[in-house]
Amino acid sequence: MPHDQYALSVSGEKGGSIILSISGSASLDTISLMLPEIKTLLEEKHPSKLTADLGNIDYLDSAGALLLIQLENEAKRKSVPFAYLNMSDKVKGIMTLLDRDAISANPIIPEKRTIGFFERIGEASINLYDDILEVISFGGELTLEIIYSLFHLRSVRWTDVIVYMKKVGVDGLPIVGLITFLLGLILAFMSSLQLKQFGANIYVPSLLSLAMVRELGPIMAAILVAGRSGSAFAAEIGTMKVNEEVDALITMGFNPVRFLAIPKIFAAIMVVPILTLFADLFAIIGGLVIGVFFLDLTVYTYVQQSIKAITIFNIVTSMIKSVVLAILIAGIGCQRGFMVRGGAQDVGNATTSAVVAALFLIIAVDSIFAVLLSYIE
Amino acid sequence: MDNTELRTPNSDPIITVENLTARFGDETVLENVSFEIYRGEIFIILGGSGCGKSTLLKHMIGLHELASGRVIINGIDITSADDNEMVKLRRSMGMLFQSSALFGSMTLYENVALPLMEFTRLPLKIIDPIVKTKLGMVGLSGYENHLPSELSGGMKKRAGIARAMALDPTVLFFDEPSAGLDPVTSAELDMLIRNLNKGIGTTMVIVTHELESIFSVAHRIIMLDKSKKGIIAEGDPRELKEHSENPRVTNFFNRKATH
Repeated sequence: MPHDQYALSVSGEKGGSIILSISGSASLDTISLMLPEIKTLLEEKHPSKLTADLGNIDYLDSAGALLLIQLENEAKRKSVPFAYLNMSDKVKGIMTLLDRDAISANPIIPEKRTIGFFERIGEASINLYDDILEVISFGGELTLEIIYSLFHLRSVRWTDVIVYMKKVGVDGLPIVGLITFLLGLILAFMSSLQLKQFGANIYVPSLLSLAMVRELGPIMAAILVAGRSGSAFAAEIGTMKVNEEVDALITMGFNPVRFLAIPKIFAAIMVVPILTLFADLFAIIGGLVIGVFFLDLTVYTYVQQSIKAITIFNIVTSMIKSVVLAILIAGIGCQRGFMVRGGAQDVGNATTSAVVAALFLIIAVDSIFAVLLSYIE
Repeated sequence: MDNTELRTPNSDPIITVENLTARFGDETVLENVSFEIYRGEIFIILGGSGCGKSTLLKHMIGLHELASGRVIINGIDITSADDNEMVKLRRSMGMLFQSSALFGSMTLYENVALPLMEFTRLPLKIIDPIVKTKLGMVGLSGYENHLPSELSGGMKKRAGIARAMALDPTVLFFDEPSAGLDPVTSAELDMLIRNLNKGIGTTMVIVTHELESIFSVAHRIIMLDKSKKGIIAEGDPRELKEHSENPRVTNFFNRKATH
């Protein structure tokens, strides 16, 4: 039987005792039509006493019951005495199921109000401050653990280190190689556009190799490692936090930083400098393609000019820079992971935050190195 | 529910909780909770939702810092112990987490072997049979090479127990062991708990609210209450069910709805 048929009728004198008979279905499908109809009928009749005859209702759900309760409350509000007639057991059952107090009860906590602009700035500042404190605190803990591990090499989980070396280094090589190859290509091409005007194409290789070895090689490798592995570390540790695996490590007597973070950081320290060297190499090869095919340089000339421009000092400082960046990227990735408290969304936020923070640190550290090196040279 | 099977515990406290207060930010969850757990007994912490039983457990094993009070396990006060003492203490305790918390990237073998390899100098050819017997004890013999993701909920819990028992701890903690398990698996877990207690004499501290388990395994219980932020009942659950004067206690054990 369809639940969308209903009929209403009123009997009684206008201004007197009115009986409202509802028949058919009083349910979710019908109440939206029923309500205005009842309103019109009652407004016409203007009852001094109202009785709802439920005898012909063949289907009532909680929406229909709510409608009746609203009727009752409205009558009470207008000080019109209200009564039900012919309430079957089934109808009674549903009516008692509804908690009338719930409709008017106050919520335990107030609605979330939208906070104003200045409040938001304040909140963001406080969050940033708290965040910086957490990072510094973790940084301190990490430093202690790195020192401990360097003096207690047997305590390091070397099998894990090797697994991460593969994930960060070997698996990352294709993308590092491809992107730096294209970068070298672009740099060589763009610089040659200007230098061509002065017949100074010979300077393209040295410009490229110096730029890569000193600055861009370490930065590109670091950025790609941050995106690939910094996020992965945050997601891995964050998910372990959600699964109580980090708590389990603590109760079993392990130090989670030593167990989970150290292998990742040691792996990064060993592998990022190598990735940097490959970045330099692939970029120079990219430049070589331009040099040979567009700038009429021979392979020998190109390579010789590239090597001439860089010194051992350049290479050593670029390696040192890589190691520092590796520690920062892996460190912030792990720190974000450890900060996860909630569920999937928290892990997602931590992952994003790990990459963003790492990128920020990369640029900041690179600037510091640039300043330092300018004083040394 | 034949209780003659339960091992009679010693009357020597292995865990003492003194005036424990637990706070999260501004909210005090537990206030001045004190009780003792005796060596060899199966002790259950129970109560309604939100009463703080998991919180109490996590404070007892040192996962959270106490706002005030002391917890003394095997003679060591966890609130004042240094790192070395804590590590030593942790080796004498085992915990089964609600989600079993098995390390997802390791096989069952590696999970159970981890504490053995880390904290003992035993060679692999001794660790190997230890791991296999622990898995056998919980009915998971042959599952050494399975990953946690390849197991059912009940199997994961049992694997978690095997790992918690790897170093033959003197105390085992369980956080809602029957959560999410069907009645048969839950009963099998109860039987495992009883057998381990009877056979090895390990003290067991269990947080649960599954009545069947409680009546089946408990020597003694404490009941926590949210409004009191502490203990409202202590003792033998069967006694409390019949004779407690506190209606909240009898309602709980007799599974009576309050409205």
